[in-house]
Amino acid sequence: MELGVYSFGDVHQNPVTGATVSSEQRMADLLERARLADEVGLDYFGIGEHHRADFAVSATVPVLAAAAAQTRNIKVGSAVTVLSTEDPVRVYQQFATIDLLSGGRAELTAGRGSFIESYPLFGADLNDYEALYEEKIALLLALNEAGRKEESITWSGKFRPALDDATIYPRPVGNDLDIWIATGGTPGSTVRAARLGTNVIYALLGGAVSSFARHAQLFRAEAEQAGHSAKALKVGVSAVGLVAKSGAEDTFYPYWRHLMDGISRERGFSAPNRISFDMQTAPKGGIYAGTPEQVAEKILLTREHMGHDRHILQMDLASVPQKDVLKSIELLGTEVKPLIDAELGSTKENKA
Amino acid sequence: MSTTTIGILGAGKVGTGVARQALKAGYRVLIAASGDPKDISLIISVMAPGAEAVTAAEAMAAADLVVLSVPLHKFRTLDPTALSGKLVLDTMNYWRDTNGDMPELDEAPSSSEMVLAHIPGARLAKSLNHIGYHELELDSRPAGAPDRRALAVASDHDDTRALVLEFVERLGFDAVDAGSLARGAAFEPGTPIFTGSYDEAGLQAELLAHAAGAEMDLTPAR
Repeated sequence: MELGVYSFGDVHQNPVTGATVSSEQRMADLLERARLADEVGLDYFGIGEHHRADFAVSATVPVLAAAAAQTRNIKVGSAVTVLSTEDPVRVYQQFATIDLLSGGRAELTAGRGSFIESYPLFGADLNDYEALYEEKIALLLALNEAGRKEESITWSGKFRPALDDATIYPRPVGNDLDIWIATGGTPGSTVRAARLGTNVIYALLGGAVSSFARHAQLFRAEAEQAGHSAKALKVGVSAVGLVAKSGAEDTFYPYWRHLMDGISRERGFSAPNRISFDMQTAPKGGIYAGTPEQVAEKILLTREHMGHDRHILQMDLASVPQKDVLKSIELLGTEVKPLIDAELGSTKENKA
Repeated sequence: MSTTTIGILGAGKVGTGVARQALKAGYRVLIAASGDPKDISLIISVMAPGAEAVTAAEAMAAADLVVLSVPLHKFRTLDPTALSGKLVLDTMNYWRDTNGDMPELDEAPSSSEMVLAHIPGARLAKSLNHIGYHELELDSRPAGAPDRRALAVASDHDDTRALVLEFVERLGFDAVDAGSLARGAAFEPGTPIFTGSYDEAGLQAELLAHAAGAEMDLTPAR
């Protein structure tokens, strides 16, 4: 099973100490995390985009390229690329380039994003929310398909100029880009990913570890029905959490609380509190904060429900300090991963 | 006793979530998306096994209670004729990130009243909108449980009110009568009821506070 970390380059003012970290410093922090994650044998380092003051990353590609240049084995990918406000041709070129820079370690995870700041920035109309995504994901996959077959592409759509017998360069390593679709749990998104035959990753941001059990089952059934081999497609989970030898929950709580307070204020969700946090850090809850043993147990329990192939954690919510994030990355690689490998009896499986 | 049939329009997170809980509560459940039922048959068989995938027309015709769970910006696709005279439950909310700008909302006191203006013959109630779809399962408790959560029901029609109050109870919640459909504004996004979780007494107190605030033309302080 693959384990990894992802981040948006969070630069919230630290809700505990009041300290602030510059975006410049955060970039250095992100690369330090990437190097450590690679050293301790983690499988995936992801960078996602936000277009707001609390985050240093809106352009994932240069960060991923820098991370690729400073690492050897770890996969580097977007988590996620808000495809609705991108040109799929340019996205394909950029990720093909990272793939070439990294010896085939680049991945692209496409999504609609849970925030909408990029829409007005790039002239996309929110009223086209569905149609934009449908068209762009289809084009991106068509480009990858053309690349695989070493063919040109002729395409026309509504949201970008038509392509007439165009060949897109450069091509990624092996002519194939590793593409995932991210979803927050709308059944229709699961069906879309399954029919398109891409890997899928679920944002399990709290709730119960079993929240997406039915979705994973639906994904495999729908993929088979669409003529894809469900076994060849991967299922992932992205979640929040922090690993520490002791006190991970107490360390994590004020940061989680700060972020959730902001989101619930903005969106009118239920305001969080320590009780709801404790329910979610309990063994069946969807926050992966605890000792290496607890986090390993919880990932394995999630796997019993979903049979997933990859589990990645966002550890730096609301600027959890770099030292805690680094320690957590280290423990995820040196302790959680061996515990999971031992349980699954497959230490070699992921090292192909 | 004949089985009550619930006809759900929308096979997304909310529609399938309501379907699952309604099946557990012993209802017959029909569910429809905008297109051919075949398109959603696999979704339904996995996400809400036991529910029947049907056309929207069939769901509306056969249901004792029609549940609206489509994205709010698609409310104009609801068929006013088919819903005329039907008992209808609106679970929808305005959510800008997926609904986009909806200027027509500015003219309506609540999103349910905007929907009602499009389906004026429907006997409409508003409920289940102030609980997360996953919480429908996690927070459901048998009647009398000390930690049972309460949900509000607003309607201008006594028959719909009675049926929805019973529906909410059977889903595992204390159902609280919030009064007329206009009172549904008390549990729309951004209100204390929407952002919180209450037992029966707590919910009634919040509804009273909102009603008092509305009379004084004040928004209750958070």
